[in-house]
Parts: sequence; structure tokens; C-alpha cells
Amino acid sequence: MQKQYIRMYLNNKILAYVLAAAFLLSAMLMGISIGTVSVPPMTIIKVIAAEVLPFISLENTDTMHSNIIMNIRLPRVLLAGLVGASLAIAGAAFQGLLRNPLADPYTIGVSSGASLGAVLTLFLGLSIPFAGMFTLPLFSILFSFLTIFAVLLFARNIERSMKVETIILTGIIFSSFLGALISLMIALTGEELRQIIGWLLGSVSMRGWAYINIILPFFVIGAILLLVNSKELNAMSFGEEKAHHIGVDVQKRKMMVLIAGSILTGAAVAVSGTIGFVGLVIPHLTRLLWGPDHKHLLPLSILMGAGFLIIADLVSRTIIAPTELPIGVITAIIGAPVFAIILIKRKNKL
Amino acid sequence: MLSVQQITGGYAGAPVVKNISFEVEKGELFGILGPNGSGKTTILKMLSGILPYKSGDILIKGKNLSQYTPKELAKIIAVLPQHSSQAFSYTVKETVSLGRYAHQKGWFQSWSSEDEATVNRVMEQTGISQFQDFDIQQLSGGERQRVFLAQALAQEPEILLLDEPTNHLDLSYQKELLDLLSVWSKDCGLTVISIFHDLNLAGLYCDRLLLLENGEVNINHVPNEVLKEGRIREVYRTKIEKLPHPRVPAPQMVLVPERSQAESQSEKRVDPASLEVKENLLVLRSPFPLKTMSSGVTGSGTGWNRIFLNRHVSKNYDCSDHRAEMAEFVRNIGFEPGETVGMMTAVYVEDYSSKFCEEETFSVYVVVTAGVGNAVDASKSEVHSHHLTPGTINTWVFVNGNLTEEAFIQCIMTATEAKTRALHDQQVKDSVTGTIATGTSTDSILIAATQQGENLEYAGTITPLGKVIGKGVYECTVMAIQNSQRRIKK
Repeated sequence: MQKQYIRMYLNNKILAYVLAAAFLLSAMLMGISIGTVSVPPMTIIKVIAAEVLPFISLENTDTMHSNIIMNIRLPRVLLAGLVGASLAIAGAAFQGLLRNPLADPYTIGVSSGASLGAVLTLFLGLSIPFAGMFTLPLFSILFSFLTIFAVLLFARNIERSMKVETIILTGIIFSSFLGALISLMIALTGEELRQIIGWLLGSVSMRGWAYINIILPFFVIGAILLLVNSKELNAMSFGEEKAHHIGVDVQKRKMMVLIAGSILTGAAVAVSGTIGFVGLVIPHLTRLLWGPDHKHLLPLSILMGAGFLIIADLVSRTIIAPTELPIGVITAIIGAPVFAIILIKRKNKL
Repeated sequence: MLSVQQITGGYAGAPVVKNISFEVEKGELFGILGPNGSGKTTILKMLSGILPYKSGDILIKGKNLSQYTPKELAKIIAVLPQHSSQAFSYTVKETVSLGRYAHQKGWFQSWSSEDEATVNRVMEQTGISQFQDFDIQQLSGGERQRVFLAQALAQEPEILLLDEPTNHLDLSYQKELLDLLSVWSKDCGLTVISIFHDLNLAGLYCDRLLLLENGEVNINHVPNEVLKEGRIREVYRTKIEKLPHPRVPAPQMVLVPERSQAESQSEKRVDPASLEVKENLLVLRSPFPLKTMSSGVTGSGTGWNRIFLNRHVSKNYDCSDHRAEMAEFVRNIGFEPGETVGMMTAVYVEDYSSKFCEEETFSVYVVVTAGVGNAVDASKSEVHSHHLTPGTINTWVFVNGNLTEEAFIQCIMTATEAKTRALHDQQVKDSVTGTIATGTSTDSILIAATQQGENLEYAGTITPLGKVIGKGVYECTVMAIQNSQRRIKK
């Protein structure tokens, strides 16, 4: 009954967007402001405004502050935001498509696939002509896509009905296998790829604007592809047959969602390594607050996911400063218990 | 409306459905029946376009099924599956609104006022308006089924496909749902094609039935033709019997459980040892329930009964509700009215007469009490004023054998004819008309059979059973009349 009441109260969708946007903005301000050098929020707003609107003068502002903002903290916060948004919306879409609140790029093994793609690119020194810096994300995306297909095919072969637990188990098997391949490659190359290990745990530090340029186009394409399929995701979350009966071209739409999810996951992994559980926790929380309708769930997940990862990044670099924790540690500490709670709840219901 | 032409197909491997053809007209309520694995669901999946078929054609409104886009098809065909899964807690209204998907146009698929009106209307029709803001996961199975029915109706389909729609519904919802479907098909021209597990429901509601056997059509006809005892027994490979529905002209099939060795009481039977003569009361206890056809005060009509009472009441017995009084009496002496045939008589029951006749394969036990104070000539009965006094000739016939319905009726005829002959030979006269009486004004009869052992199909006067009954009833009636007349003379 309490849940019902909360839902009714929060059902006002405009309010939902206002709250989510406010959460994201305050996360950004906090992320830029807090650090070894603390920057006052007013300065942040002023510096960013001046960057966008050149007629605002930056008199009376510390150049050190504006340097910290523009060269270090803003790109870091934006990158964390984009990665969080990508993983959250991809997770929401995977969950809807697979009718499975436990699905997320990490738990179903797609992130591992993307990592393997990235490591393989570095290992073999691959380069796609004219793709330049997009070679790495393109390979990550390709491997994400191959992985999710392999996982789904494998799960369907085990059991036609593709139960939640089967998909998760298959994801774990694939993750372990792909992880082993990555370790093997690192062992074979010696020192050069050792740094990859840190990257694999997930981090958005010291990436700079270049990485934002890499992820942004993929994020936009992937997010739009998913947003135009929100009605279809609603239908498919009642089962593929049901969606077909309602009039959804299931094969086409399913492919679009899987491709979009792979693009988002692959690009996020390419710039930040594997960060788990964002795609699990955020859609779940958003659904709990504002209902499962994908028309709102997807955009709200973008806002919430971005804000969440910015805060997770903030915590990871401040909690035991000056040492920086991998961001994946923070998301896993929050995400794994949530995963366990959802699993227990589902079991009780059955 | 819908035409299936020689379709064959199924899942990988051997085809589940073989060369099936049938047509369904607009506004028909068409039922698909068949044992498990006969291909019912497979056909429904092919009709809804989920399962491809190997050969043959499915035409919907004259156009091949494969030429429809999913959206076009969803505007014509809606499907209510047996189970609908719901992984997330959508509200009822969100769920129903999904049914409008095919009707929305353009990239943004905006929600029109027509969509809103349709959704509200179908929620009203299915009686779920009051739940519209509830999570579907909070609803009971029956309510949820109605939500998905509303979702299907929101598609404004011309054809509705249902897979065992009444599964998981309790009795009142089953009836409610089928009544609704029946109204929509008759009044709105909705074509309904539904799989049924329950033969009786199918027989009650469907215009036509398709019976499948091993993926092939056994018959496609009206319910009365399809639901034949022999056919259903053969297709479903089980013991089943057909009965008429008490209120509407539809066949009803009932299962016949197999009796175990221990249960079959072939040695036990009804014989003179079962009868007990008490003061003013004859009690016959059968070791097991007998199938009965009787005109007693309790347990009248057809039924199954174990206890048989013939009770003496005084000539002045007068009770406004003699059935309730009799039921009370039965209860007071420790029997259950629900399994008791009770009769009344003003005659002293100690004057009864009985006869046990043992034949080679069956046996008959006749018990009669007779008084002729109210003797009437049935052919002139219009001269009698109507007054109800307790029956004066009560005839019980117990048969250790298995009787058909016809045999029961013939038993009554034979016994009555024998009784009349007995009155004739005893020169019992109707006191009003002065002619020979044919019976008394309130005679009762009971035919009871063990329904075990020899099958006795007929009981007309010259059949083996009829001969025994005719002779037995004649002799007992004569004896009983003489016994009671002797008492009066004393």
C-alpha cells in the first residue's frame, strides 16, 4: 500500500524530470567543486557560462580555478556522466527486452565482451583505416554485439523459455571465459599491457576531452535508437509473443534494441573500462520511483545514471584521498547488494 | 472471414499439424477441441502469425496471412494467451493502453482522444475500471486475465483468438467471460476462435466445434454432432458419458472413474437380508448406493440412494409441507435425506409382501405394500376430486444388474402394468365410478439398480428382466392386497 502511495505521489512525470535533472545538476556541481582544491559553485557556473557565452568576462576569477574546471574536473564529470547515462539506459533496455530486472551489461557478460574487443585491439595493434581514434570503441561495440548474441543463443539452447537465472548464469560463464582470455593476452605481452589491468577495473580519471569526443556520438546514436523504441520495449516486456500480437515487428525491433545496447556498452567500456552494476541499480531504482513505462524510464535512467556515476566517481577519488579507488569498486559495493535483494525478492514471489 | 487451407507444420521435426482445413464465418463462436498434443495451440499460433507453417494457406479476409505487416494484422486479430507474463509492475491502464499500439501512427505515436476513449470503454466492458491505477501484479489471476482481455479488445479486433481462456478462472468468472464473448460475437459481429479444455463449456457456448486428433481434423460440426459419446471416448481414450443439459439444449459429457478391484462390490447385492421390518416402518439398507428412479417423497426423480424407507402414517396425516416433514423424520431416525428414498402409506407396512427372484445372471427383489381404499380407474379419474392422502400402493423393485435409462423406464411400465392386472384380478373397484380400478390415487414406485454385473438393456414385458418384474410385482401386489384386506376384516 505504501508503495502504491509513493507511486501515486511521484506519478507526476514533469516532477519526475525536474527531480532527476536537479539530481544530475547537483551531482555535477559537487563533482566539479569537491577535490584537493575546492572550487566554489558560483565560480563553476561563471567559468562554464563564460566558455559557452564569450561576452561574459572572467574578471575576479582565479585562473587556477578555471584551469581545474575546464581541463580536469569538467571533462572528468562529463565523461562519468556520459558513461553512467550509457550504461543505465542500456541496462534499462536489456531489462525490458529480456523481461529480467537482473539484466545489465555487466551481469549478462556484454561488458566483458567489449573489454575483450578493446584489449584485442591494443594487443594486435589493430587500426581501422580512417577510423582513427574510433577504432577502439568500434571493436568494443562489435565484440559487445557478438557477445550478447552468443549469450542469448547459448541461453536459448539450454532452455527455450530463457529463464532469468539461465541468462545470468550464461552471462557469468561468458564473463569468466572472456576474462580468462584477457588475462592470457596480458600475460603474453608482459609489461606494456599491465596498465590495462587498472583500466579494466574501470576509471574515468585523466581521460580529458578526447574521450568525451569518442563516447558522445555513440551515446547520442544509441540513446536515440532506444528512445524511439520505448513503446516497443513496453510491449516486449510482456513477452515477444505478446508484443507480436499487439502489432510489434519483434525481430526488427529486438535487433535495434540489441544493437543500440551494444553501441552504448561498447563505447562506455572503450572509454572507461568495465564498470559494473550501474545498468542494474539505476533502472531498478527509477522503475521503483516512477513506474516501468519505458517512455519515461529510459530518459529518466539517463539522468539518474549520469548523476549516480558522477557521485560514485567523486566518492572513489575522495574517500581515501590522495589514493584513488577504481570507480568500479564503488559501484560494485552499492550494486552487488541491490542485485542480491532483487534476486531474493523474485525468489519469494515465485 | 478466416480460411485455413490444408496447412501442415509445427516445430522442428515431424509436423504437429497435418493437412488441416476449416473456415470460420464472421460473428461465429468457434471452438477448437482435442486431447493434449493434438495440435490445438500450434494451430492458434499459426493463425496469429507467430509460428510459420510448412505448406498450405491461411487467408484472413481473403488476403494471405504472410502479406500482412504485424501492425495490420494486430488491427484484425487479437490474441488472449493462456498465460501472460508480467516482469514489471505496470498499472492496469498502462497494460490495456498497449493494445492501442497498432492504431497509433508516426514516429511519436501520440496518444489520441480516440485511443483514450477506446481504452476506457474496454475497461468498462471487462469490469476493470476500478482497478485502473493498480499494479497488475497485485491482482488475482481472474482479474489479471480480464486485464489482458481488455488489452486484446483495445486492439478493436475483428477476430479474437483465445487459448483456454477459462483456465485459472473460478466458475463464476468462466461463465461471465464466456457470456461476454457470446454477446460480443452475436451483437458486435466479433469472430471468436477459442481452444477449450472443457468439453461442456465448449458445447454450451460454441456455434461450431473443431475436434482435433493427432494433428488432424476428426470432425468440424455443430456441438451436438461433435460431442458424441463414442467419438469423445475414442479421441480422448477415456470413459465418458453424455447427458442432456437440464436447461439448455446442449450436450454435457461426464467422466466415469475407473473402479478399483477392491471397490467393485460384485458379491454384494440387494436381497431379503437387506430388509428390516420395524414398527410402522420398512427399512431397506443397500450396502452401497443404487441408481434410482422413483416417485417417493424424498429422493424422487433420478439419483443415487442407499436407504429406502416406507413409512406408515395415520389416515389423518396432514402436513402443509410433507417433504420437509419427511426429511425431518428421516434425519430423526438417523439417516441422511440426501441418500434416502422415502415413501409414505396409510397401510400397515407389516402387511408388506416381497419376492426375491434369482435368475442366471441377475436377480430382482420386489417389495410391495398395498391398500386399496383410494382405488381409482385412471380412465375415468376426472370424476374424482383432488385430495392428497398418502400413497396406498408402494412398489419397490431392486435389480442386481446394470440398467440403461430405457430399461429404467420400461421397468416402471412393466411394474405398473403388472400392478393394474393385480387390481383387476382382485376385482378392486373405483368407489366413485364403480368400474375396475387401475391403481390408487397416490401410488409410488421405485426402481433401483446396482449398476454392476449383467448389462440389462431392456426391461419390456417379454424380456428376461421384464418377465421377472412383471411376475414378481403381480404376485406381491396380490399378496399385499390380500394381507391388508384380511386385517380390515379382522
